[in-house]
Amino acid sequence: MGPRFLLLISVAVMGLVSFLFTGHPELSWPLGQVDDYLLNILILAGINVILAVSLNIVNGHTGQFSLGHAGFMAVGAYGSATLTQINGKVFLADLSFLGNAAPTGLFVLSLLAGGVFAALAGLAVGLPSLRLKGDYLAIVTLGFGEIIRVMIQNTESLGGARGLAGIPPHTSLGWTWGISLLAIYCVGSLVNSTYGRGFLAVRDDEIAAEAMGVNTTRYKVTAFVVGAFFAGLAGALYAHFIGYITPEGFSFLKSVDVVVMVILGGMGSTAGVTVAAIGLTFLNEALREAEQYRMVAFALLLIILMITRPQGLLGGLGRWLPGKGGKP
Amino acid sequence: MSELLRLEKVTVRFGGLVAVSEVDFHVAEGELVGLIGPNGAGKTTLFNLVTGVYTPTTGRICFEGRAVDGLNSSAITGMGVARTFQNIRLFNSLTVLDNVVAAFNLHLKSGFFGALWRGAAFRAEEAQIREEALSLLEIFGLREVAQTPCRSLPYGDQRRLEIVRALATRPKLLLLDEPAAGMNPTEKVELMRLIRFTQERFKLAVLLVEHDMKVVMGICERIAVLEYGRKIAEGTPSEIQKDKRVIAAYLGEEVADA
Repeated sequence: MGPRFLLLISVAVMGLVSFLFTGHPELSWPLGQVDDYLLNILILAGINVILAVSLNIVNGHTGQFSLGHAGFMAVGAYGSATLTQINGKVFLADLSFLGNAAPTGLFVLSLLAGGVFAALAGLAVGLPSLRLKGDYLAIVTLGFGEIIRVMIQNTESLGGARGLAGIPPHTSLGWTWGISLLAIYCVGSLVNSTYGRGFLAVRDDEIAAEAMGVNTTRYKVTAFVVGAFFAGLAGALYAHFIGYITPEGFSFLKSVDVVVMVILGGMGSTAGVTVAAIGLTFLNEALREAEQYRMVAFALLLIILMITRPQGLLGGLGRWLPGKGGKP
Repeated sequence: MSELLRLEKVTVRFGGLVAVSEVDFHVAEGELVGLIGPNGAGKTTLFNLVTGVYTPTTGRICFEGRAVDGLNSSAITGMGVARTFQNIRLFNSLTVLDNVVAAFNLHLKSGFFGALWRGAAFRAEEAQIREEALSLLEIFGLREVAQTPCRSLPYGDQRRLEIVRALATRPKLLLLDEPAAGMNPTEKVELMRLIRFTQERFKLAVLLVEHDMKVVMGICERIAVLEYGRKIAEGTPSEIQKDKRVIAAYLGEEVADA
């Protein structure tokens, strides 16, 4: 039972859910009624897992400090909404040959479109920023995120500052966690290979990596594109979960949220980052009572963890997806 | 013996500083050549030129007849030039084995999609690379520590691991930048044996930058001497030892009776 098992599960989860609920997007979970509130948190947690795991390949494995993840998420969210909401009727008519499955089919297409648009944005940011390192790269990616946000804010056809409402609620628990597992599988298996050792080599020492024949430029762009692709998927899922997106929802603060998950979980540890993403989503809800002190608690948690475990929750512990022919 | 590396009137300037000036130099196949000179003479800069870290301001660098100046470091490594570093640059978060595995990247057949799909061909290649890496480590006596983090190795072993990692790229020319730095006399003797062994076993040309004269004179077939970025002498170890300009460069000019 190799790591491919995870791929199988994620595809199965998505397949099952889309099969069971074709034409019933309002249903969310195959086990009948689940507490709506809990369900929503679980979906949000899944989306956060996708975001954190995908940012981890850029910030954690490849060691490039990106602060623009919310930007890629926005591209995915608006990109997918273009298909299902803005031009929804047109596309649905085109897909009418699918019968009852047409809305689901369109949703799948819009997810893909969100991911691909975001990946293209990742390529566009990755290529010019490659000459930059550390803080400088962080500033450029931060700027990119803001540019995206402001551009959307000023594009009337995307709803401008008012946002885009009435996005069909297709996102279910199955879709979210199916894609989460897919993201975990993809990042995990990319990194756990001879090919993937290149990402880690770039992080550890760029000059040595180049000298050992690792094309650092190619690896950095790849990390950006893969990270952006999944951030786009997460954005698309988010848009079809909330149903209403505004540019403000993809501000710099959202990027910071994801960075915090990655740092808390442990840079480069897929398992740790997953745990941190779920944990922080739930903590966020648990602290809803103490509204105004929530951020204080977050900051305290971060400070305490950085003092006691600077490598993050699970950073430096065993590898993810060890598998048969896997690495030590 | 055919020629492997050739430098023609290579000059590099950093602002007003001429770090390497009009150096002509060559290394033939299977040769063990030393490069010496006082501190700041431009030896490491010359390495960085050959490996593509810097591009020459003027002049040409050819490897097997093909120009390498202007290429990426990784592309030059792909042509068959590997190096070690003066101050050790291992991949510190990786194990000893993974350091070597990472250097197999160059000859990898299954890339991005192979790693994602993890099919039979991918798994076979991964297993084969692992075997090759382990047997390389075995040759250099590092197999027992294959799974330990490389930063926990003793200094001498880290130097050896750098050589193993460079060999994993299957080079024709190996550049060693001060491999004996910080070693004690016993380790130095061991190192000399190791360099000769590597050269013969892997049929390599070796270009060695070294301050330790015992090591350089002991193993090099030919030595070039740099001073202030210029090549001031070249010849066999015994010729170099007698060369007036070299003695002057290291010890200063003889002064006529005061």
